[in-house]
Amino acid sequence: MVLNAAAVIQVSYLLTAFLFIMGLKRMSSPVTARSGILWAGAGMAVATLITFLYPGLSNYGLIIVAIIIGGVIAWVSGRRVAMTDMPQMIALYNGMGGGAAAAIAAVELYRGEQTSMSVATLAVVGGIIGAVSFSGSLIAFGKLQGLIKRSIRFKGQQLLNVLILLGALLLGALVASGTNDTALVVTGLFALALILGLSMTLPIGGADMPVVISLYNALTGLAVAFEGFVLNNAAMIIAGTVVGSAGTLLTQLMARAMNRSLGNVLFSGFGDTGAVAAGGTVAGSMKPIEAADVGVMMAFAQKVIIVPGYGMAVAQAQHKVWELCQLLIDRGVTVRFAIHPVAGRMPGHMNVLLAEAGVPYDLIADLDEINAEFETADVALIIGANDVVNPVARTDKSSPIYGMPILNADKAKNVVVIKRGQGAGFSGIENALFYLDNTRMLYGDGQAAVGQLIQAVKAV
Amino acid sequence: MIGIVALYIFMLAAFTGYEVIAKVPVILHTPLMSGSNFVHGIVLVGAMVALGQAHTGLEKWIGFFGVLLAAGNAVGGYAVTERMLEMFKASGAKRKPGAH
Repeated sequence: MVLNAAAVIQVSYLLTAFLFIMGLKRMSSPVTARSGILWAGAGMAVATLITFLYPGLSNYGLIIVAIIIGGVIAWVSGRRVAMTDMPQMIALYNGMGGGAAAAIAAVELYRGEQTSMSVATLAVVGGIIGAVSFSGSLIAFGKLQGLIKRSIRFKGQQLLNVLILLGALLLGALVASGTNDTALVVTGLFALALILGLSMTLPIGGADMPVVISLYNALTGLAVAFEGFVLNNAAMIIAGTVVGSAGTLLTQLMARAMNRSLGNVLFSGFGDTGAVAAGGTVAGSMKPIEAADVGVMMAFAQKVIIVPGYGMAVAQAQHKVWELCQLLIDRGVTVRFAIHPVAGRMPGHMNVLLAEAGVPYDLIADLDEINAEFETADVALIIGANDVVNPVARTDKSSPIYGMPILNADKAKNVVVIKRGQGAGFSGIENALFYLDNTRMLYGDGQAAVGQLIQAVKAV
Repeated sequence: MIGIVALYIFMLAAFTGYEVIAKVPVILHTPLMSGSNFVHGIVLVGAMVALGQAHTGLEKWIGFFGVLLAAGNAVGGYAVTERMLEMFKASGAKRKPGAH
């Protein structure tokens, strides 16, 4: 009987791994994406239910209560959270996964019955990675949610982080090689790993959080895979490794889109509000414009390209933006959306918001597709984007963002920028685009300004 | 599991993850990150086993915490990914703005 249950479990885990991989594959194309999560969800349901048959388990009551508490809280928060707050929710759920991997390692290590040194080593490494991902993701959540406003930096911070990591590894080696004071050493190990996650993430600015969340996502996957080796669980090994490698690739893609190496993101302390002095002063002045004039300009344009940024997300302006676009489309204007890979707080953040508003995805273009089209556009409308359209990235070698691929909005015949005030962007760098002769500034909250534009176009 | 077989699984799964995501368009980056975040919620089965085999009070507490967190990862990851992907529609299926 026990043997049969074990065989059924192994086959079910195989099925789960298959469903996960197929699910992820389907999620990587817009046409099949919606069914992808259903495939993966089915895999998760199979694995969870079959695990109740696992030979030699007890504490069923505790297991069920924990699943219900964690599941209900996560379900309610996941259904209720606003689309604009998605990035921090992903950070939070990811941190929970990392914490769970660390908890598995802790249970195994406190018990201290590892069959071999390699198993103990895997438990230790997975535990450290999981704990770092747990506390680091919580900090990322806090920063995006606005709970942590300042970035804490001091001299010798990197050195301190290295020392903490070395300390954790040393304690880990002690545990793996067998020590008399297991409980004490294991506790110290996890304490150091949790502190490391905090001190690694605190100095990183909010603008870099997408890359950080993606990195922690990959790390959690890796931690899950390592704990899978410890528990001899093929489903965990496969799913964790797949997420680990896919997440690493995604992190690289994102860092590359910002023209930064991963090390630069993690260790330079750049990417924070007002932390960086402007690269150089910009000549000229910003020229304001009235909504009525913009309305006329767009209504008689052949082609309008919209460039949304984080400001659109903050103002919740995506529905109004689409309403405006539909008016223009009805008048025969060609409308396109240009999305920079790191616009917003996550890659694809803008796409999700626009999809929520009902914008068909074939109107949305990414950087490589759209950049040649700006020259033929009559109007480029920038809504709450800043650094991703700053032409100094092409021209000014002294600028911190020099070399970052940008949307060439400055090449459009007219550029209209909707912006709350005259301040610099998230990175604190002056935007030369705002001072160009063909640029006009429309000051105001994104939602209110687009509302005025809708009235203006209707009045034409 | 025999060590070398586990290493083979590790290697092949790593290539699979890389290949599956290699051609993903930018518009799906956030949903896919969210989806992969859901997939590592499989840590739930490990946490269930860890709690199910726990004996001392300390082990039970940590195991309970682990299952709770893992369930949050899996369920929350599913909820947000499904919500995001639900919105991906081609122009054929237009909705009125603000209708949702």
